[in-house]
Amino acid sequence: MSSSLFEEKLNSGEFLVTTEIGPPKGADISEMVHDIGLLKDMVDAINVTDHQSSGNAVPLDRGCLLIKEHGGEPVLQVTCRDRNRLAIQAELLLAYSRGICNVLCLTGDSIDVGDHKEAKPVFDLDSVQLLKMARIMESGTDMGGNELKGAPKFCLGTTVHPEADFIEPQLIKFDKKVAAGAQFFQTQGIFDLASLRRFMQYASQFDVKILAGIIVMASARMAKYMNANVPGIIVPQPTIDELATAEKGKGLEKGIEMAARLIKTIKEEKLCHGVHIMAVGNERIVPDILEAAELTRVRA
Amino acid sequence: MIVAEQKSLEEIGRMIDAYGRVLILGCGTCVTVCGAGGEREVSLLHSALRVAEARGGNGAHAFSEYTLKRQCDPEFLDALQDRVEDVDAILSLGCGIGVQAVAERFPNLRVLPGVNTSFMGMAKEWGIWDERCAACGDCRLDETGGICPITRCTKGILNGPCAGPKNGKCEANKDMDCGWILIYQRLGNLQLLENMRRYYPPRDFRAPKRIVGKAEVYAGGDNEQLSI
Repeated sequence: MSSSLFEEKLNSGEFLVTTEIGPPKGADISEMVHDIGLLKDMVDAINVTDHQSSGNAVPLDRGCLLIKEHGGEPVLQVTCRDRNRLAIQAELLLAYSRGICNVLCLTGDSIDVGDHKEAKPVFDLDSVQLLKMARIMESGTDMGGNELKGAPKFCLGTTVHPEADFIEPQLIKFDKKVAAGAQFFQTQGIFDLASLRRFMQYASQFDVKILAGIIVMASARMAKYMNANVPGIIVPQPTIDELATAEKGKGLEKGIEMAARLIKTIKEEKLCHGVHIMAVGNERIVPDILEAAELTRVRA
Repeated sequence: MIVAEQKSLEEIGRMIDAYGRVLILGCGTCVTVCGAGGEREVSLLHSALRVAEARGGNGAHAFSEYTLKRQCDPEFLDALQDRVEDVDAILSLGCGIGVQAVAERFPNLRVLPGVNTSFMGMAKEWGIWDERCAACGDCRLDETGGICPITRCTKGILNGPCAGPKNGKCEANKDMDCGWILIYQRLGNLQLLENMRRYYPPRDFRAPKRIVGKAEVYAGGDNEQLSI
């Protein structure tokens, strides 16, 4: 039976660090393999995104297997956008049978923000129903009530948006996700610690682990672009202003410095249980962030 | 009501090209209200096709026009019998249901769609129509304060908003309100937010019954003995 190393770590009380890798668009996986090698011992788990931003890419279970083959701990991000309940159950069974137990359950970005806008959006399930479905599978049956030959056991996570401009409906959904079986949350991007503090005051009543999402910005332009085009991301003006103070060509350095500062404060103030670093295509800078945040250690 | 949009003159021209005598057929119900295929649109399209014919055509087409009270109802189709004897094709400006009803009634005639049927909706303001119902066959508007999560949320999800909305607008379309934030606000006003806290299981996508008998409608459900 497979078990989750990440689940053990979640329960250890350590300050956790996770990050994510987007599978490539194309058959050449050499860069992804390189990034896995670079990151696997520095973080507690690596998420593999599921057609991130609704863009076509190498399948995510393939990505998770690569991490596994190279000795890392993968988190399978599953969205409901492209597959119905049959296909998702099959994917979860495949994952578990190959030792992939950590699953991040997401509704998924809209087809309209991706690069295949003409495609049919599926959304047979939503994130809450997906969590529930994974828990039903653990009890030994599929969604049709049919007995499974060997039940899986997952470590289930999902996401929450502490900086949403309408926070109450997000918190209602957070409650439903906890009730449906979520053990950990990797939040949407956090820029303003005040909102994380407020959120944690609420979330701490639940027995779940919260990893604050840290998005590394490469420039003020990128921040503005994300505000205009990336679902749910709301970069506040002070963050954009600080990014704009970077010298020409040093935007990413500034972004690393800001991300490291956030992480350091979150850890020092014990605001939550860890961080999830989203480098958005700049995966190779994750070690620099960890170094600047004084979080370098071998985590294998 | 059903909302439709007239196809481009170019597409219509291509469709009717092979047919000499074409009856342009309007419908007096939904497509009249949304301005896609009523008497007025039939007349305008008739003129436009004549002008196009005069400009570039070879004079091979002869057009006639007529508007039925309702294309989707067999009893109103009787009125067509005398008008189709000397036509080669009917260009229907009715919705997809109208086109099919006419085609079913006149199996030896070509019946062509002159509009694209878009959705079921209502007028938001003059000339702007908004989708409101997906005919999912499992209405839950009682639980959502009268706002449909299937049509007003682009993902049609049932357990609350995704993490995508900004300023109350949908991630897929910045001009569209997030349906779930509307539901949240409405339920809040009605002091029914408990509805939103409830878990809603996945939808049952088995097709709704294709034929609903009158007796069954009156009985309000699946009464085997009463259904016809």
